Amino acid sequence: MKRLAIALAFALPVAAQAVEFNQVQADKSAIHFTYKQMGVAVDGKFKRFSSQISFDPAKPTAGRAAFDVELASVDTGAPEGDDEVAGKPWFNSKAFPTARFVSSGVKALGGNKYEVAGQLTIKGKTQEVVVPATFTAQGDSGVFDGGFTIRRGDFSIGEGSWAKFDIVANEVQIKFRVTATGK
Amino acid sequence: MTTRYTRTAKALHWLMAILFFGLLALGFYMHDLPLSPDKLKLYSWHKWAGVSAFLLVWFRLFWRVTHRPPALPDSMPRVMQVAAHAGHFLLYALMLAIPLSGWLMSSAKGFQTVWFGVLPIPDLLAKNKELGELLQTVHMSLNLLFAAVIAGHAGAALKHHFIDKDDILIRMLPAHATEK
Repeated sequence: MKRLAIALAFALPVAAQAVEFNQVQADKSAIHFTYKQMGVAVDGKFKRFSSQISFDPAKPTAGRAAFDVELASVDTGAPEGDDEVAGKPWFNSKAFPTARFVSSGVKALGGNKYEVAGQLTIKGKTQEVVVPATFTAQGDSGVFDGGFTIRRGDFSIGEGSWAKFDIVANEVQIKFRVTATGK
Repeated sequence: MTTRYTRTAKALHWLMAILFFGLLALGFYMHDLPLSPDKLKLYSWHKWAGVSAFLLVWFRLFWRVTHRPPALPDSMPRVMQVAAHAGHFLLYALMLAIPLSGWLMSSAKGFQTVWFGVLPIPDLLAKNKELGELLQTVHMSLNLLFAAVIAGHAGAALKHHFIDKDDILIRMLPAHATEK
């Protein structure tokens, strides 16, 4: 009997945690980015994106994530910048309206830290990326926070007169927060 | 009573004349340009020069307070002397207010100023689009006023030289005798 009680005591919290977080709360999710322009860090964001996530903290390696970011919803921090980056040298968002990330695997790094590998496709070019992320349970929902750095040159973002990195740096830091609830 | 400017006062006067003339011309030229790498470069240069000018103005004010400039000639009517002092006061006020308004505008627009691309200048305001646009109008209006006052300043100096035939203009020239 005592043994059963101990087994239950261990099993219950695990059972309580065995929720798959897969309902993304768009209003509590955001994608931001930071780029450098002649040494000045400027913040921007994407206002519209959709994401599918399924993540069970008890089985992290089975987790999956996919993001579709509407590139025309970019906020570069300046109105004239928003018009500029929609154009051909930058996102060419008429021809390539979305940027897509699809995970290929999740590695648990211990604690609440994870590493999500996947393919990022922007402007018809695909790159393998590894995205460090954390997972935090908040009541009924789970919050995923993470960030990684891309090189805009790898995706031909900023061609022609913008192709050099002396004015707008090559590195762009991307940060995201996605909130999801269980079913 | 001294009748001469110090070498430093003259150097500051002419250095800032060049700096502010360049800043004014660059500001009026660059703000209408279509977005390009060159435009971003010019904006950065304008901000770097503006911060430099702002610092120089403080040094100049310090120098002005600690080194009394030569008095205006007694031949000048009292009302013209008052006008001259008021004009100089306005020039100093604008030389402080204009870089400050540019700094505030940069902060409100969300573009921090990084002096020479190396030293970040603290943002005085949080990002706020409406405030940024208002400060742009303030910066522009102050500069139009500044351009008008500078024109008056230069016009007055020329009037002193060619009409009144006094030494107001030449005593500011580098070649003229300096206070030790």
